[in-house]
Amino acid sequence: MTKGSIEVKVKFGGMMAIALLLMCCFAIATHAAEINVPATVPAGSGLTIPSSGSGSATLYVAGPGTAIKRTVQLGREIRLGADELQNAGRYVVSLDGNTATFFVTAGPVQSIAFLARPSRVPADTPNVITGTAFVFDKYQNLVLQPQPVKFELTANGQTTSRTETTKNGVAFAKLDSSKKQGPAQFVASSGPASVRRVVQEVASDPCSIRMTAVRDKNGILARTDPIHDCAGNPVSDGTIVTFTSTDAKGKSTVDARIRQGIAEAELPASNDATISVASGVVVGNEIQWRGGQ
Amino acid sequence: MKRALPILIIVLTAVLIAMATIQPNELTPATSPDGAVRALFDHVKARDYKGAFAYVANSGDTEEQAFAADLAGRDGSLRTYSSLEQADTKVLHASDNEALVRATLQYATAVGAFYDTRDLKVVREGDRWKVEWPVVQEANVPPQVIQENYLRWDVITRGSNDDWGAQNVEAPRVRIISMNAIAQGANTIIVGEIENEDTVPGFVSVGATLIGKNGDVLGEETSFDKISHTLLPKEISPFRIDFPKTPLATVKSVRMTPNSMLVPASADPVIGVVHQRVETDSRGRHVLKGELINESGVTVNIPHVLATYYDGAGKVIWVSDGYVDNALLPQAPVPFAVDLRDDPASNVHNYRVTVNEYMLQQDE
Repeated sequence: MTKGSIEVKVKFGGMMAIALLLMCCFAIATHAAEINVPATVPAGSGLTIPSSGSGSATLYVAGPGTAIKRTVQLGREIRLGADELQNAGRYVVSLDGNTATFFVTAGPVQSIAFLARPSRVPADTPNVITGTAFVFDKYQNLVLQPQPVKFELTANGQTTSRTETTKNGVAFAKLDSSKKQGPAQFVASSGPASVRRVVQEVASDPCSIRMTAVRDKNGILARTDPIHDCAGNPVSDGTIVTFTSTDAKGKSTVDARIRQGIAEAELPASNDATISVASGVVVGNEIQWRGGQ
Repeated sequence: MKRALPILIIVLTAVLIAMATIQPNELTPATSPDGAVRALFDHVKARDYKGAFAYVANSGDTEEQAFAADLAGRDGSLRTYSSLEQADTKVLHASDNEALVRATLQYATAVGAFYDTRDLKVVREGDRWKVEWPVVQEANVPPQVIQENYLRWDVITRGSNDDWGAQNVEAPRVRIISMNAIAQGANTIIVGEIENEDTVPGFVSVGATLIGKNGDVLGEETSFDKISHTLLPKEISPFRIDFPKTPLATVKSVRMTPNSMLVPASADPVIGVVHQRVETDSRGRHVLKGELINESGVTVNIPHVLATYYDGAGKVIWVSDGYVDNALLPQAPVPFAVDLRDDPASNVHNYRVTVNEYMLQQDE
């Protein structure tokens, strides 16, 4: 064995020892600074992180809408307040060069965002009212866990209800409009949360129009009977009803408005006229006005 | 000599001032029938109704106030927002003592040019000609109480404090129920009808886009005032959209865009359109004539007449419109006339007249 080979062996052995020492130190250091956090934390409940070692270190917490930087004493418990963990989502904790992640989950349902469409529907129509509910906790986090949502539609004293379970925080239902027109109260509720919307159920097109005509001081007064849709609802006031009188002098038209269920118009005096009535695409009866009768 | 020039200048200045200040008591007499009509309307142009009235022959029958009201307008009518721009005269026939002169008047108004044609009888009084102004029978509405069941829609829209899920009240459902593209020379005209199918009033407008053979956009226009913008439930309005200098042969398709908006509205006033008939006027043109009767108790200041013409199959073949320059007083008939082009006139099988109303703010 030469002197040179002995020197090489000594050098190799020294390097191995240093490497082993470094590995041990790394292992010890890693073990000493490991961050223990639970996998999930309910929103707004706070979190306590145990720490070991000594001296001070810098804690970083990054999450949805949250960024915290704080100097902490190692070896003591680190407390994250309830107001610091309100937003649901993934959080990353970094302490003294080590990191850990946890999720903040939404709390119990506290509020509902409720979309009711449309705001006006014809009465007596199936599957025409749509309600969509988004459930949130008290920090406005969408509650992703399945939750029951009750949809309740009350119109003219009759209530229809249906319970649906949320999927990814959303539940929806389609309901029929009631036979009678009027404002329908549409309520979505889940837990303590409840939201009300108003859906106006309105009459459809007139089912038929029937009019009569009488002599008037200024001419001919044409008047309809009460106008209803095919479900028996009075057609909305303000709906246009067109009266037409045709005689030798030409054609006369009056676009009258339904008021309190009926429409009337004053047509020019004539001894021989044909009087007709229509509203939209619905045509009513025709009167042959002869000799003022 | 040095003083003569200043004195001359002073005297000349005094004479000129006197000439400018002192006006003749009598207006220049008209020596010809059309001269009388032209002189009358020259004074109307200058809004000098007193001067114009000096050319009126039957001064005993016509009051100066009524004459001025006839030409200047009243009750907030369109005429009150107009001024006479041009008056062309043409002698239709003349004798030694009387003549008939046609005056074609062009007014500048708030809604564009407005044309009026009057055939005026002109008579000789001594050495001058004067116009026999037709006596205008002013609508006399007797004092009365007209009961109104006040029907009105108001809208409460979503507020800033409502949560984001709170639904707003939706715009009314409207539908274009007919549409027809017409070639008029080098122009393309889109006519049709739109219906408010909802139970609430709506403010509607119709837009059209012409698509060329290569898929390129040839033009975009809206109906502007050729439509009734405020439609009550189940009300149908005609519309017309003009594309000048765009031949129909270059158009591959038309994209229609009906727009609607929920607006507060009143169901009043109700305007009857009576005695509608298509006639030929003195110039040989087709006109749709009739009378408007305001069946409500409020004055309609500016009526706007829209006429829809249908062929035998019920298809809309033309839409014409015209403003009426008289206000509609309650229960008082007012005549109207709108032009009908000659080419569709022969195919017109039926027609429908609707009226837009514009009213000045009134104290409720």
